[in-house]
Order: sequence, then C-alpha cells, then structure tokens
Amino acid sequence: MTKPKIAFYWCASCGGCEEAVVDLGEDLLAVVELVEVAFWPVALDFKREDVEALDDGELAAAFLNGAVRTSEQEEMARLLRRKAAAVVAFGSCAMHGGVPGLANLHESRDILDVAYREAPSVQNDEGTLPARESRVPEGQLMLPEFGATVRTLDQVIDVDYYLPGCPPPPGLIASAVTALVEGKLPAKGAVLAPDVALCSQCPRAATKPDKLLVQTFRRPHEVLIDTDLCLLAQGLVCLGPATRAGCAAACPGGNMPCTGCMGPTSGVVDYGAKALSAIASLLDADGGDEIAARVAEIADPVGTFYRYSLPASLLHRRVRTAAREEKEEVAP
Amino acid sequence: MSGQILIDPLTRLEGHGKIQIFLDDDGGVDRAYLQVPELRGFEKFAQGRRAEDMPQITSRICGVCPMAHHMAATKALDDLYQVDPPPAGRKVRELLYSTFMVEDHALHFFFLGGPDFIVGPDAPRPKRNILGVVDAVGLEVGKEVIGVRKQLRDLTAAVAGKAVHPVFGLPGGVSQPLSSQAREQAAAAAARAVDFGQFALDAFRKIVLGDPGYVDLVTSEAYTHRTYYMGLVDPANKVNFYDGRLRVVRPDGTQLLTFDGRDYLSHVAEHVEPWTYMKFCFLKDVGWTGFADGAGSGVYSVAPLARLNAADGLATPRAQEAYEELVTTLGPGPVHHTLANHWARIIELVYAAERMAELAGDPEITDPRVRTLPTATPREGVGVVEAPRGTLFHHYQTDERGLVTAANLIVATQNNAARIALSVDKAARALIRNGQVSDGLLNQVEMAFRAYDPCFGCSTHSLPGQMPLIVDVRDPRGELIRQIRRD
Amino acid sequence: MSESEFQPKIVAFFCTWCTYTAADLTGISRLAYAPNVRVIRLMCSGRLDPQFVLAAFRHGADGVLVGGCHPGDCHYQEGNYKARRRIELLRAVLRDLGIADQRLRLEWISASEGEKVQRVCNQMTEELRGLGPLRLDRPQRDAAELAGEPR
Repeated sequence: MTKPKIAFYWCASCGGCEEAVVDLGEDLLAVVELVEVAFWPVALDFKREDVEALDDGELAAAFLNGAVRTSEQEEMARLLRRKAAAVVAFGSCAMHGGVPGLANLHESRDILDVAYREAPSVQNDEGTLPARESRVPEGQLMLPEFGATVRTLDQVIDVDYYLPGCPPPPGLIASAVTALVEGKLPAKGAVLAPDVALCSQCPRAATKPDKLLVQTFRRPHEVLIDTDLCLLAQGLVCLGPATRAGCAAACPGGNMPCTGCMGPTSGVVDYGAKALSAIASLLDADGGDEIAARVAEIADPVGTFYRYSLPASLLHRRVRTAAREEKEEVAP
Repeated sequence: MSGQILIDPLTRLEGHGKIQIFLDDDGGVDRAYLQVPELRGFEKFAQGRRAEDMPQITSRICGVCPMAHHMAATKALDDLYQVDPPPAGRKVRELLYSTFMVEDHALHFFFLGGPDFIVGPDAPRPKRNILGVVDAVGLEVGKEVIGVRKQLRDLTAAVAGKAVHPVFGLPGGVSQPLSSQAREQAAAAAARAVDFGQFALDAFRKIVLGDPGYVDLVTSEAYTHRTYYMGLVDPANKVNFYDGRLRVVRPDGTQLLTFDGRDYLSHVAEHVEPWTYMKFCFLKDVGWTGFADGAGSGVYSVAPLARLNAADGLATPRAQEAYEELVTTLGPGPVHHTLANHWARIIELVYAAERMAELAGDPEITDPRVRTLPTATPREGVGVVEAPRGTLFHHYQTDERGLVTAANLIVATQNNAARIALSVDKAARALIRNGQVSDGLLNQVEMAFRAYDPCFGCSTHSLPGQMPLIVDVRDPRGELIRQIRRD
Repeated sequence: MSESEFQPKIVAFFCTWCTYTAADLTGISRLAYAPNVRVIRLMCSGRLDPQFVLAAFRHGADGVLVGGCHPGDCHYQEGNYKARRRIELLRAVLRDLGIADQRLRLEWISASEGEKVQRVCNQMTEELRGLGPLRLDRPQRDAAELAGEPR
C-alpha cells in the first residue's frame, strides 16, 4: 500500500510553524515513515512544476501555514487546493490571520511610509519606496503584488480542517497527522484540537474562585505574579476562559497569562468579541463612571482581544473611508 | 549576447527571495540583484500596542529566532522603564539566551549551511543535505543533533513557557524564578552541549580543515570581501551575545569606534532601494557610497565571523582555544573570507555552551528575586542583543501609559544586507561566463548567500535537502532559450 | 422621505420585560417613529453577546441600539449591569477599529416609557443620517468567484 502524500507550504509566515513540525523531534521520524512528503519548499527540492504535475486530489493533505498577503501566496494556495484532497489551515495565521493581521489596523501606504520614509534610521531623501516594477541601469526588476489586507486561508480557498496555535503544539500536530494516515479524520470543517476552554486544562484551575470578580485589572509588569494562583484572580487579563485548550496551558506554565493564540471554541464566530465579553463580565463595577474607569485600565483593547484574530473577525479590519481625502470617523 | 538569468525562489529568505542576474554582451555578468519580496509592517502595527506586549509581538517576526527578538524587546523595556533586573533575573535571561544560541547555531551548521561546506560544493546533488552530512560524519551525529536540540528546547519551554515564542521577558526581569529542578535540567543540558560543541569542532577540523581543497575554497577571492565589522563586546572586549557595547573595526582590524546601543542612530543608518523590501544598513561615520567594500564604503558585516573580528577573543577557555586556531589558520587581522562564517559559528556554539554551563553552575541563579518592579514613567527605550545572525536593535517610544507611539527595528540580517548583495554579485561574476550556467554554479552562488544564514524566513528542518532552483536563461527579447532545473 | 436620501439601517436589541414592552406601548399610543429601526427581542439586555453587534454591522446595519431596564430594575437582577460593562469595553474596541461612538447606543427604557422609544429611535436615525453609511471591507471571495472555481 502506497504511503499517503502530503505537502507543507508557508504563506506570510514567521517560520515558527515549520519549527513546530521539527519539534516533533524523534516523533517526526515516525511520521516520515508513514507518509511521503511530496512538497516542502523550505526543506525539499520539489518545485511548483512538480505540484502542477500531480493529479487533482492526489495529495492526501496539504498543510498551509501563514496568512495570505501576496499574489504569489494566493496562487500557491489555489494550486494546492486543486491538488489536495484535504487542506489544513495550520496555525493562527492561516486560521485567523495571526499577529501580522494587526496590519489590518492600517493602510498599506502607511506601513510603507513608516518603514521606508519615517523610520529615524532611514536615510532616504528621495522618498524611495519599494515598487512593483523598478528600472535599474541593466534592466527591469519586479516585486510581487501585495494585497490591501491580510486574509485568512479560508478567505481565499475552501479549507477542510483547522489546526490552531501560535505555533500549534507538537502533540496536536502528531495527532492530526496520525488521524490523517489512519483515515480517522473528523467531519469536514473540524478544528483538530479539544473543544473546551483553556481553564479546564490549566493547572491553576482549582484556585479560580467560583464567583470571580476583578476590582482592578493589572498589567503584567506592574505586579509580581504568583506561580500557583489563577491569573485572573490575580487581576491579570488572562484569556483562558475564552480560548480553546490543547496547549497544556504553556503560557501560564511560563507564569504569564494566556493571550488567546488557540482561538475560540466551536460555536464562536468572532473571537475578540467573545473574549472581551468574558473579561467585561468579570469587572466588579456598577455605575457609569466606575465602569468607564475599569474599562480604561485595559490598555490597547484591540491588541489585547484581537492580537491573533483580526482578519478573521466579523469586521475584518479597521474601517476605511471611501477615499483618503475623506475624514475618518475616528481619528487613527 | 546580453540577457537575464532569474534564480527563483531562494527558499531561505521566507521562500520568496530571488536573484536576478543581468548578462552583458559577452555573456558575463553585468550585475546580480538579490531581491527580498516580503514585508509585514511590524514597525507600523506596533503603534498603539502595550510596551510589555512587545517581547511577544516582535517574536512573531521570526519563529526560528523568536528568543532573539523577545530578548531585545525585553531589554528595550528595561531601558524604557529605567529598571535593571536583579542579579538572578539577569542570569536566568542569559542562561536561556545562551541555550538558544547553541540550539540555533547547531541546527544551521548541520542542516542548513553546513552541508555545503561539510559535503562540498562539487558533491552530487542528493548528497548536499543532512543525509550527506550523516554519511560524512556518521548516523550518530543526526540523532545527537535532534537529541541535543530537543533537550535544549524542552529546557526553554520549562522556564520561558514555550520554545517558539517564549513569554518570560518583562521589564526589570523575568516572569518566574529558576527552580532548583530547572537548574539541574540546565546543568545537564549544558554539559551535553559542551561535549557536542567539541564534537562539532572535531568534525569540522577533520572534514574541512583536513582538506586543502576546502581551505582553498574558503580563502578564494570570489568569496572574500573587506568590510567593516560590528559586534557586541563586554568590558574586556570579548564577544558577548546578551549585553555590552557595540564595537566597530575597520577592514584592517583597527578600531573605528565603540558605542552604547542607545546611540545607534548616530552610527547606523538604512538605505532604501526600490527593487527590494529589505533595507541596507551602513555606517554613518563612513557614509553610503553604493554597493562596494573597502574602508571608503560604509558597508559592514555582523554575525559569527564579524563578531570574532570585532572582538579580542572569547571569554571561555575552549572557545578561546578554537578562536586562536581560526586566527592562526586564516589570520592575522580580521578574517575577510565569508565562508569562514561556518567555522566561526561553531566556535560561538562552543562559547554559548560553556557560558550555559557557567550560569547553570552559579548558585545565585535560583534566587527567587528575579524582578525589579518599574516605577518610572516610560518614554523611550533601546534594547540590543546579538542574534545568531547579527546585531538586533529594538527601539520604542511610548506615551506615559506605556503604549507604543513609534517603533524602529533593525533586524540582524539587514546589517548584512549590503554585504550579502556584494557576495552574491561577486560570486555570480566570478562563476558565470558566456552565459553558461550549471548545477554546480547555482550551488556556489547560493553558498555566497547561505554563509550569512539570513534571519527572517530562515527555517530549520530535519531534511533540508537543497533549495529548489529554476534558472531561466532568456535572450534579450525575453524568450526562454534554456532552463536548468535542480531536482 | 426622498428616495435619494440615505436611509440608515438600525438594528435594535430590546429586552422583553422593559424596552420591548415600551415599544409595544409606543405602537399602541400611535407614536410614530422612524421605520429605519428593526427590532430584535431578547429576554434581557444581559443576553446581548457583543458578537450580535458585530454581526449586525457585518450584515449591513449602520447603527445598533440596545435597550434594557433601568439599573436596579432588571428582571434577572444583574443582566443590565453586565450589558453595560460589555458594551463599554466593546465600544473601546470599536473606536480602535474606526467605528464612531454614535453607531452603538445603549438606553435604559422602562416599560412605561413609550415616548422615549420614539424619541431615541428618531434621534438615532437622524444622527446616523448625518454620519453616513458604515462601509466595511469584504474579505471573502465573491460568490461568483466561488461558483466558477474548480474544487
């Protein structure tokens, strides 16, 4: 019986998801015994033409990590979609947009201006910006098209399964590949991780009060953090109640609060809205002024609740005006 | 016959790097351009973020060296809030940072750049990867690298939360003390790392230094540039990855200047070209005079070889011994041979392992006082570390609540960007004649690039194989006349 | 009502015990109010999931109105307090996302305040007419694109 063929590919990615695969360590060798890796551009020498030469659906699965920004990444996503029976959105960026999704708070032009014109170390009197086409004395050079927003993988192609995390914990990766090889994948659309909130896996759960109310939210650098007590009970913004389990509470293990990289449990459409709802419900405040004061203590709300999931949110990005000359509703 | 050659993709630059080569009328190289087509905009979307979130946000710049960004950001927070960690806090940071340097350097040497060097540029294609390395040095090596790496990363996860995207950095210290159990774990890992470092050195001596052909390759003019060199040094001018002053030496080895990381804007600047998203750093004190080396050009280099050139040795015994061997073989004065980066990298691995052992054996490291709580109002902070691939600068400005108003990041490989461009161009010119390209050529052009182990997008894997390359040779009308595939 | 004039769409979430009852009273009292408001009935304002507000915007609403019992009068004791906290924090996020404060409005309206329902609905309609439509980016692939795409 021939081994199932799989492929790995990265879009706008930091490389951490590739590292997570390697962190399987010796388990990786066991995985490699079970499958044939037909395409992994950063590791193996198969090329795009080799993917194009496959029959449609010949790959048992394609694991894509990274968000989608450029025309090149979109083309590769579509190609792998055709050639794979199943596509897995691998990691926070592919699934929800990830940290680079915070770029959806800005316009492409502003991003370029900061990097190439405004940065204090830049010496650029001509105001040069990287361009799609540029002329040099010897000829013409091209750069790929950048999309106007950061998108999740399923905003570009049809996705079969999701593997959350930044990066996905190696245990979940191993389970997913094993399920694939043994033909035991769940129904299409499933997230390949437990469907409970992190609090249920957290070693500190026993110290979480039944009725939890927070008088004042603290920021991690303002207080010494107890290594055993529930982080919410210590007044830190921990997103465990709103975040999917599967990571064995790695960040609380590092004595820092959960920041939500595993995304929501099933049934939740917009992670940030649900997370802020959970935190707001804990505020021990009545009366308009007191509530306003407590809410103001939560600095950078969009970065707190949407750090990994802005492109996947219902609003997708900061509202744009129709033309740049029009005044924005809310000054940036 | 003029024309173009396109090498696309270079997979170790986030999968999207490419090299465009323009031929002149004689079929020699007019100019080779290395383009980086990736930008995510961290410097823009950092604005509005909480400063204490920056160690975790900036680590997403690179999942291979997240600890480097995490540490530079954490040190920038120290500066921002004007707090220093208590001694144990600093030691825990440096222990984890040394752990990271060992693990990252080991992976590059055995899986990425090393195979070219260990197996050789003329070896058959299927051999120029970890499998070839294993053939050359034994199956035990492969298993040992996986094992050492796993042990080091398990240690990191135990103390810092996660190995990919750690969480423990805070202004004024780290999130939790080192338990005695973790210290024992660290001591065991360090001992294994020190042995492994010696093993790597021995392997390098036997395979590379023992072969005159390889020594010729390393010292060949095609892979040599005479630039300035920069690195962090301690008060005794020894290499230090975690802290110190920046030291810059001229191509002749004399010191140009030293500066505190906070003053980086007075000495380091970035040049922009429209054909790539990567900016090119240069020394302000010398100035940008284009893509050229020599004392008249502000182009400089960072990372293993540059660090050794910028310092007066290493602070631990075995590493110092190894360094003296390198200088005896390739010196005196600064070593300008780009491929010697691979050797320098192993020497740094040995130093990092020895430093790990020193720190793990220090009884103060388990002291529970690992945080100094900030009291000052934040305004501005700079943090500098030596990442595996070069000097890394993080610079933040915040409002009085500690929300970022501006961020400037100079990421390790940018310091090398101009020299990488020179190296690729020079290698292409030296090797391409009459428009003829061959498989060996492709690899040798890549070697010029790969020695620098570029930072972003450089992923590490168990089976690196080779970079898939297609070389299109086109006539002046753009018609494809020949295609060379490497598979 | 001119055809070319912008007609804001407002989705209103009213709690059963107070505000929805008040809206019934508005009708019975023949107090006409702008037809721009579509009412969705919840048992309690505390049932309002912030996702409802975002979904309303995503589906074309230019504004969202939330109506609940006065503080102290909630049929379920604390529901309206929770609503206020959630909406306050949601508002902070919406500001960061470029959505004006006027587009999300929370009002305490008791069962007898039919006149207040009329006043608030008319006021919010006119305010949003001045503000203009809410234009959101659509990241999804077009339906036409989906239809033509090989699987």
